[in-house]
Amino acid sequence: MYKIIKKADLTPITTLMEVDAPRMAHSAQPGQFLIVRAHDKGERIPLTICDFDREKGSVTIVTQVVGASSRQICHLNEGDSFTDFAGPLGQPSEFIHKNSKELSEMKFLFIAGGLGTAPVYPQVKFLHSMGAKVDVIIGAKNKDLLIFENEMRSICDNLYICTDDGSYGKKGLVTEMLKELMDSGKTYDQAVAIGPMIMMKFVTLTAKPYNLPLIVSLNTLMVDGTGMCGACRVSVGGKTKFACVDGPEFDAYQVDFDEAMRRQMMYKNIEVEADHKCKIGLH
Amino acid sequence: MKLTINVKSDYTDMRNKIPRVPVREQDPAVRAKNFEEVCYGYNAEEAQMEASRCLGCKKPSCIAQCPVSIQIPQFIYAVEQGNFTEAAAIIAKDSSLPAVCGRVCPQESQCEGSCILGVKGEPVAIGKLERFVADWARENGVRFSDKKEANGHKVAIIGSGPAGLACAADLAKNGYDVTIFEALHEPGGVLQYGIPEFRLPKELVVRTEVENVRSLGVKIETNVVVGRTVTVDSLIEDEGFSAVFIGSGAGLPKFMGIPGENLNGVVSANEFLTRNNLMRAYDPDYDTPIYVGKRVAVVGGGNVAMDAARTALRLGAEVTIVYRRTEKELPARVEEVHHAKQEGIDFKMLTNPVEVLGNEKGWVTGLKCIKMELGEPDESGRRSPVPVPDSEFDIETDVVVMSLGTSPNPLIASTTPGLETNRWKCVVADDNGVTSKAGVFAGGDVVTGAATVILAMGAGRKAAEAIDSYIKSK
Repeated sequence: MYKIIKKADLTPITTLMEVDAPRMAHSAQPGQFLIVRAHDKGERIPLTICDFDREKGSVTIVTQVVGASSRQICHLNEGDSFTDFAGPLGQPSEFIHKNSKELSEMKFLFIAGGLGTAPVYPQVKFLHSMGAKVDVIIGAKNKDLLIFENEMRSICDNLYICTDDGSYGKKGLVTEMLKELMDSGKTYDQAVAIGPMIMMKFVTLTAKPYNLPLIVSLNTLMVDGTGMCGACRVSVGGKTKFACVDGPEFDAYQVDFDEAMRRQMMYKNIEVEADHKCKIGLH
Repeated sequence: MKLTINVKSDYTDMRNKIPRVPVREQDPAVRAKNFEEVCYGYNAEEAQMEASRCLGCKKPSCIAQCPVSIQIPQFIYAVEQGNFTEAAAIIAKDSSLPAVCGRVCPQESQCEGSCILGVKGEPVAIGKLERFVADWARENGVRFSDKKEANGHKVAIIGSGPAGLACAADLAKNGYDVTIFEALHEPGGVLQYGIPEFRLPKELVVRTEVENVRSLGVKIETNVVVGRTVTVDSLIEDEGFSAVFIGSGAGLPKFMGIPGENLNGVVSANEFLTRNNLMRAYDPDYDTPIYVGKRVAVVGGGNVAMDAARTALRLGAEVTIVYRRTEKELPARVEEVHHAKQEGIDFKMLTNPVEVLGNEKGWVTGLKCIKMELGEPDESGRRSPVPVPDSEFDIETDVVVMSLGTSPNPLIASTTPGLETNRWKCVVADDNGVTSKAGVFAGGDVVTGAATVILAMGAGRKAAEAIDSYIKSK
C-alpha cells in the first residue's frame, strides 16, 4: 500500500497528493508518469509525475476531477493509501540527457494548460537547477483554477499567465500569449507544451510558422502502461507508436492530434455511465 | 518412490476396453452467457475410473513428453488406489502449478499425445486427472511446503507468470531467499491477464497456486516495473541479489500494419483480455470499461484468439474468427476450438484482413478481407497461405480484436547492459536459462517468444537448477 503523506486542495477540483513510494522516488525523472489505482476494483489511471523527493522517498501527483475514477482518487485523504502506485513509466524528457554546460546555454519555453501545469513543474525545476533559462506560460479557465503560480514563479525566468475569462493575468488563450511572445522577437531553443490534447494541437499549429522546436506530452488512454495493451497507440510521423513506452513526449509536428483526440473518446459513453453509477453510490 | 506396476496381458486388454470417462461441462447455450468455468472436472469416482485405464507402461512415453517430467503413471496409480494425497505429493515434486496445467496444457500434443492407449482408442485423460488431484488437494487443504534450511542467498525473479513462479518455487524449496518482482498489481502474469475466468478461475485456482508458492517463503512485490522502477543491475549491485531470473514473458502485442488499424474499435487481444481478466470489466462492480458493440471480429487462430472470441461472446456480441489458414493449421488447443464452435462462434477460414473500414467519426464498421489458399509449406512446416486474386469481401463488425501473437517487452533487455537479445527481441539463453550476462538467467516466453504455460514452467525449473549451481560455484 502507498500512503498519502500530504494532501492539499489546489482548487475546488484539483488535488495535490504526496505519496510514500520510495522505489519510484528513487528512479523518477522529469517527463515520466505513473499508474495509480485508488481501490481494488478501480481502474488503472495514468497520471504524470508532478514532483519527487528521493531522500524522503515520496512522489507527488496532481489530480483533477473529470470522471468517476479521478473523483475516487480525490476523495482519498491524508493517511489513506493507494492500492497500487506503479512507475515511473515512459521515457524521461529528452533534455535530461544533456549536461549542465549544454543546458546552461539553452533557452526553454513551457506552455502549460490547466492540469498540465503540474507535469511542467518538475521539468522547469530540473532545468532551473541545471542553469537553463526558462520561460513559462500558464493558461487556466479562470483565476480559481490556476495552480502552481508561486512555485513556478520561484524557478522560472519569466512567468506569463493567461485566463480564458480574464479573471487573472491576461485574458485569452495560451496560443495568443505564445504568438505575442514570438512576435515580440523572443527566441527559444526548445518549447514544451503540456495540457489538454486540443490545446496541444493548437499550440502546435501556432508554433509552426515560427519554426519553434516543440515537444508535447500525450495523455492517451492506457491500461497497463508498460507496452502490453496498445490502447495508447498514436500516429507519430505516420508510424504507430505506443505513448506509454515510446513516449509520452513526442515531436509535436509529427503527432496526428485529430486521431489522438478521437481515440481518447473510445470509452467516453461507458465512462459517463460509470460516473453516473458512482454518483448514485455517493449520495 | 519407485513404482512398478506388474500388468498381465489379459489385464491390459481389459484396461483397453474401458472407454475414456467423459468430463462434465456446462451446457454450451448456458455458458455462452456467463464467465463460470466451462469444464467441471472429474469427481473422485470418475477420476478413479479414468485412472484405472492407465496401463502403467514400464517405459512411459508420457513422462518424456511432459516439459516438467511429472511422474505420470505413478500419480495416476495413486489416484486409482484412492490415495489422492500421495498423488498430489507425486505431482508437487515436479510442478508447482498443477491446477493450472491440468486446465491449460496442450495435453493432446504432449503427455496424452504419446499415450499408448491413444494408438487404437482414446488416451488416458492425464490433464483431467492432474486437475482432479490439484483441485482435491486445494479443497482438502493439502499443501506441500517441505524445504531445505535457509542458505542466506537472495535471488530475484522478474515476472510472476508460470516461468517465474516455477523458478521461485524450486529455489525456495532449495533454501533460497526469493523475491518476485511483478509489474502489474496482481501476481500470475498471463494466468491473470491473459487466460479468461471460464478457462482458469482466478480466485480459486490462480490465487491459490500463487499462495502455495508464497507459502514456501517466496516474497512477491507487485507494481515494480523492472527497467523503470529498478533495474537488473540495481537488484544485483544495490539490493544484494546473487542472481536474477528474467521470466517477463512476451507481452507486446503485434498489429497487422493495415489501413484503419487505429480506428476506434480496433484493440489488441492483450488489451481486450487484460480489460476483461485482470481488470474484471465483465463484472459491473469493477470500474474498467470494455467495448464489444454488436459484432466482434477476432483476427488469428491461437489460444489467445479463442479466448478473446469466447470472451466477446460472453459479453453479448456475435463473434467471427478470421484465420488465414485452414482449421487443420489452427494453433489453438483442440478443446478450445471445439468449445468455441459449440458456443456458436463463426469461423471464417482461409481469410485475411486487408483493411479495417470505418465511418466518418472514426469508428470501425467492418473488415475488408481477402480469400486465401494454401501454397507451399514454410519454415514452420505449415503450408503458407497466399491471397486469391480479386476475392476481396467485407465483414460487418463493430470491433476488431487483433490476436496475431506477441513478442517480449524490450524494456528489461534495453536497460540491462551486456544482456544479449536476438532479432525477435527475445533474450538469448541456453537450455538451462544461462544468458550472456553473469548471474542473469532467463526462461519462458521472454526467451522463446509466445509459447505455453508448461514450457515456461519447464524453463523456470531448469533455470532454478542452473542458478543453484551458479551460486554454489561462486
